Amino acid sequence: RRLCILKGIYPHEPKHKKKVNKGSTAARTFYLLKDIKFLLHEPIVNKFREYKVFVRKLRKAYGKSEWSTVDRLKDNKPSYKLDHIVKERYPTFVDALRDLDDALSMCFLFSTFPRTGKCHVQTIQLCRRLAVEFLNYVIASRSLRKVFLSIKGIYYQAEVLGQLVTWITPYPFAHDHPTDVDYRVMATFTEFYTTLLGFVNFRLYHSLNLLYPPKIDGQADAELKPTEGKEYAMDSESYLEKLSALSASLARVVAPTHEDEVEMDEFPVEGETAEQMDTRKKEQEALEKHKKLFEGLRFFLNREVPREPLAFIIRCFGGQVSWDKSLCIGATYDVSDPSITHQIVDRPRVEQQVVGRYYLQPQWVFDSVNAKLCLPVADYFPGVLLPPHLSPFVTEQEGDYVPPEKLKLLAMQRGENPDEESEEEDEEEEEEEDNNDKEEEEEEDESEKEDEMKLKKMEEQKTQSNKALPVKVTAGKLRLEDRQRLEQEQQSEEKRLAIMMMKKREKYLYKKIMFGKKRKVREVNKLAAKRKAHDTALKEEKKKSKKIRRA
Amino acid sequence: PCPPLTPLPSAPLQDIRNTVGNIPMEWYQDFPHIGYNLEGKRIYKPIRNKDELDMFLEKMENPDYWRTVQDKMTGADIKLTDEQVDLVHRLQKGQFGDVHFNPYEPAVDFFTHEVMIHPVTNRPADKRSFIPSLIEKEKVSKLVHAIKMGWIKPRKPKDDTPTYYDLWAHEDPNSILGRHKMHVPAPKMKLPGHEESYNPPPEYLLSEEEKLAWEQQEPAERKLNFVPQQYRCLRAVPAYSRFIHERFERCLDLYLCPRQRKMRVNVDPEDLIPKLPKPRDLQPFPTTQALVYRGHTSLVRCLSISPSGQWLVSGSDDCTVRFWEVCTARCMKTLPVAGVVKSVAWNPNPTICLVAICVEQSVLLVNPCLGDKLLYGATDQLLESYVVPEEERVQPVQWVMATMEEQSKGVRLVVQHSKAVKQVTWHGKGDYFASVVSDNSNMQVLIHQTSKRWSQNPFRKSKGLVQCVLFHPIRPYFFVATQRFVRVYNLLKQELTKKLMTNCKWVSSMAIHPGGDNIICGSYDSKLAWFDLDLSTRPYQLLRHHKKALRGVAFHKHYPLFASGSDDGTVIVCHGMVYNDLLQNPLLVPVKVLKGHVLTLDLGVLDVLFHPTQPWVFSSGADGTIRLYT
Repeated sequence: RRLCILKGIYPHEPKHKKKVNKGSTAARTFYLLKDIKFLLHEPIVNKFREYKVFVRKLRKAYGKSEWSTVDRLKDNKPSYKLDHIVKERYPTFVDALRDLDDALSMCFLFSTFPRTGKCHVQTIQLCRRLAVEFLNYVIASRSLRKVFLSIKGIYYQAEVLGQLVTWITPYPFAHDHPTDVDYRVMATFTEFYTTLLGFVNFRLYHSLNLLYPPKIDGQADAELKPTEGKEYAMDSESYLEKLSALSASLARVVAPTHEDEVEMDEFPVEGETAEQMDTRKKEQEALEKHKKLFEGLRFFLNREVPREPLAFIIRCFGGQVSWDKSLCIGATYDVSDPSITHQIVDRPRVEQQVVGRYYLQPQWVFDSVNAKLCLPVADYFPGVLLPPHLSPFVTEQEGDYVPPEKLKLLAMQRGENPDEESEEEDEEEEEEEDNNDKEEEEEEDESEKEDEMKLKKMEEQKTQSNKALPVKVTAGKLRLEDRQRLEQEQQSEEKRLAIMMMKKREKYLYKKIMFGKKRKVREVNKLAAKRKAHDTALKEEKKKSKKIRRA
Repeated sequence: PCPPLTPLPSAPLQDIRNTVGNIPMEWYQDFPHIGYNLEGKRIYKPIRNKDELDMFLEKMENPDYWRTVQDKMTGADIKLTDEQVDLVHRLQKGQFGDVHFNPYEPAVDFFTHEVMIHPVTNRPADKRSFIPSLIEKEKVSKLVHAIKMGWIKPRKPKDDTPTYYDLWAHEDPNSILGRHKMHVPAPKMKLPGHEESYNPPPEYLLSEEEKLAWEQQEPAERKLNFVPQQYRCLRAVPAYSRFIHERFERCLDLYLCPRQRKMRVNVDPEDLIPKLPKPRDLQPFPTTQALVYRGHTSLVRCLSISPSGQWLVSGSDDCTVRFWEVCTARCMKTLPVAGVVKSVAWNPNPTICLVAICVEQSVLLVNPCLGDKLLYGATDQLLESYVVPEEERVQPVQWVMATMEEQSKGVRLVVQHSKAVKQVTWHGKGDYFASVVSDNSNMQVLIHQTSKRWSQNPFRKSKGLVQCVLFHPIRPYFFVATQRFVRVYNLLKQELTKKLMTNCKWVSSMAIHPGGDNIICGSYDSKLAWFDLDLSTRPYQLLRHHKKALRGVAFHKHYPLFASGSDDGTVIVCHGMVYNDLLQNPLLVPVKVLKGHVLTLDLGVLDVLFHPTQPWVFSSGADGTIRLYT
């Protein structure tokens, strides 16, 4: 099992399950024989055997309390490396980046585990180190793109060398360790992932001309020295903590020169029109702007705010950040600093407000990053009911439900003024859409109904004539026939007839697709209806409260 | 010797000793005394009834309070003397208790540090001190042996290569394993949607019913693996309790899930719809209901039309046969019969005006006396011109002349069968007709000749329940449909030519293209099979247009149209173009769905029929009406 995990061997679904399984249909996992043979050639198998023997010997020595033997054995503890497996599984660096999602999520999870039980302390420390290193890289390269506060944890998405890497970190609380989870499996995965992440980090740091293992920039280091000198005795420990404070920039191998930022020469690609070039240029500009979102702003984090994620995000977008000195090392300025522009607060009320800075809830930072612009601060003051936090990972296709907040946001990104008018327009649009939907639904029914109606009328007429009732001649009403309607009816009927002629398999497929579409529409309508109900309820409440106020 | 009544005299006695010995003093805790004196009298404890206030006052007032301790053995307070206090102080400082003890006395060397010429002891050295030790030798030899055998290894030099280096420094495209091309990378985790937010838009929150439904679902079936929740601020968000679970499940997925590349069908559903010629281009075909023929009180089972297209005959379960004028929907004539009418057939020969009607065990040949008087007169004459042959042949049925009463109604001949007859059909020339008897023997199909009034049984063996039979319009072929097969017999050669596999469960009806090369078969499992006799014995196309069982199918004589009526109350008219060119396959296009019949007793349309010259279709329904669509 461990070997399969490390080598990335997964089972295969046989084509003929019954044939392979000797006639029974019980659920079993099948591996390709080729894969298993491939595993047997792995040199690490011998290492594993050695380790097993070592453990056996050690146990025996302990049992006999032969301490010298124990010492000797421990000295010769066999070790193994996974480098070649990493290289084998990810022959190119890009492959490795593509698979980084799980590695990062796992490392972040393991780095939050308590240092007791469950798994080795070294693993946890290593995970923490690698995670912090990666965060520092993201800060240095300013490659963070999206963040999302979910109920599960915080999602981050970064664009590392063109690859989108998404990872999730749990909220910093103690874990409720479940009993039905096999930690050995997770530990094996983590073992591989740490190796992978270490190499990836190394390469990433070198791609930015940074030192690896990371060193804090000399200047910043000097600033930090006096504050931490007393409290922390162990230099090695404090080093990691300083690094994880994420407040200082990293030392570079080559001093950063400003010449790097000279504009890239434009190489016109063949077959690319000027428009494409323009759009690409625009995108590039937008990206640059996004990267410098918080440039020049100075943040202060109150102590009730989760420090690490916020510090990470703000630094990623060029902002300066500090926190209370007693909270963590690495604080660069104090609350009383007059140059602070934003203070992130997560309590209902703030006493002693300092003039000249915004007091904001942490969601502002996240929403601003996702919106790629600094949102208006009014919605995010402490104690205010926050606007919904939307997922940046959803890109609405045509026909999907789009929450009104998102529409507003999109309008804002386009540069329109988010006035109340737009809101009304949105509502109107929605209503129109709803009406359209209903009409479409009704049309089909109506066409059928009309046919029937016609027939009935004719029948009635006939019966009347048959019975030879006293014939009355009444002025015929001019029936206005909607030509479009008729045409549509005809088309729909044609379509229905054509559907009848479909082959069985195609018909099945067609029906399935149509069913899926209808279900989607239904879900969208449901959401829209819910929203509408909610909005009306809110309005009524407002009205009531107004009335009460008037009374 | 003084009685210990007063504390004063007892005081000198008390400090003599306590008399209980070295026992745990708690034993006397609850007693007023401690031990006994020589007389066996109790030695009382000193009275201690000080409360906290007294204690405090004493603490404040008594200068010797700090040196007063309680003697646990006697329970009395003792004031420590100066020496005793000194001793306590010394002990607290870790010094010796004795004042006069000097811990730093000058050291006296017993042996000088100078080397003397004489030894201190004159004992000769041990032998073992100059002989190599055997035990050590043994141990060394063991070690040597272990090293020789490779059991003990020298300590490995510390590996000083860095743990991380540039692994991808030399990316060599040739070193990529072949298997890597086959590798299916694991799909990434699904990215979260709006509903996972800690503060989602209100429409994403579950209502009470939805929450209940969510709880009742199996965990594997749930669309979301969490309940969307809203928190007012970030501070209120708790840890997600299933976080480790989810990571673990992801791990399990990564190493236990078989991976496969699945081809997703990514087609526009509109592209799946076959491109058919527009029905508008295939006109004429019946599109609207034109007339309703009312009069029958029960289901109308069968329809037939005169070759001229002027008269329509219908047989019903109300034991009548009605003759209608097609253009006016007027019932011209009603013929009451003895039982349920199963089948009617108008003689296709335009010079003969004769209708065959199946009623129970007999087939009535009726002259409806409609239309040209000359014509039906000639028919009567033709029937009367029959001369009884000299020698009577054995016949499977009886030919009986109708009685006078019946004659007046129009019935001319009665062909009496042994069992109930369920279908009758004419040959194209109008002399022969075939009848189907619901029987299990070889007598199921009989062929009758009207002019000679004799019948024959063409089959020697029964091949299953015969559903319907049909004459080929041009050639001497005879089609017999059993439950699942259609057999084609050559009447001249008297042999089986073909056996058509219908792929249906139960054939209900059958019709033949006027060209004679194509057959359609309707079946009770709502399929319609189109056979091309030149092509194969399997259906060229199996059309599943109807939702319910097909009851009747019909071809138009001139137009490339065919229609099918079904229990779902609809008649579907299809365009069925047959080309003279053998290489071109027939073109089948449904052109119209005709509705009108009301479902009664789960039955809809029972029979369909085309007008011989016009593109009109008749349908008879279980609601007792006949409808004409034009």
